[in-house]
Amino acid sequence: MENVTQAIQGVPLNHYILLCTIIFSIGVIGVLIRRNAIVIFMSIELMLNAVNLLLTAFSVQHNDPSGQVFVFFIMALAAAEVAVGLAIIVMIFRNTNSTDVNILNKLKW
Amino acid sequence: MSISLFYFVAFLSIFFALLVIFAKNPVHSVLYLIVTFFTFTIHYILLNAQFLAIVNFIVYMGAIMVLFLFVLMLLNLNEGSIGSKSNLIKIIGVIAGMCLIITLVGSARVLNASEPLVLQTQDLGLVKNLGKVLFSKFLLPFEVSSILLLSAMVGAVLLAKKEIKQV
Repeated sequence: MENVTQAIQGVPLNHYILLCTIIFSIGVIGVLIRRNAIVIFMSIELMLNAVNLLLTAFSVQHNDPSGQVFVFFIMALAAAEVAVGLAIIVMIFRNTNSTDVNILNKLKW
Repeated sequence: MSISLFYFVAFLSIFFALLVIFAKNPVHSVLYLIVTFFTFTIHYILLNAQFLAIVNFIVYMGAIMVLFLFVLMLLNLNEGSIGSKSNLIKIIGVIAGMCLIITLVGSARVLNASEPLVLQTQDLGLVKNLGKVLFSKFLLPFEVSSILLLSAMVGAVLLAKKEIKQV
């Protein structure tokens, strides 16, 4: 493991922030431009993972294991969220025969 | 093994994340998402967060992706049944995302956190170390998260179950 971790020695923290920012924004763009509810869910997963990676990088930077424990909790939360969300999508599909979010505009003025 | 490994994996992460949101077929999106999560696992290994790497591998690439694929196959969405948003909304969405990137990068530059990442203790992310923290400092949140998972399970079953016709 020694030589594997050698690879990050010297990567600035800035570049981790940059990477996670870009992936988070890709998730936001995905939510904005897609109409399939399942793809929107996948974009949300991308955002959660970007935040997880950033938390781990900061945890390593500050030499504090609490950040990695927090990532563990976020993963448990993501699992619960996906289970409930996909159940809702299945229910929507049963009612409207589609997972298009544009059909679900009944609450729009 | 050099510093460029990080940049190569980071490039792959961004590339496959872009493919996730621009792939036409949702099944392809799920497969690209699996590859993206695999690159995240490599990032965790590079940070020597071995516990998180394994959990990411098992929970995300194993459980959550199977759930996605399962629902996708179950719903049997044929291609093209869901149109895409109009080009105007697409362009506006991309511009909004770019604005978000610029704002966040600008604020990160003000932070000036450019010192290189140094692994101070080698066993920071190992199971032994994390377990000690998890079961001493974070014991209560750990137990509460079990209730969260239980309630999510009950909710999922309740939502996905067919309604019984009332007599």
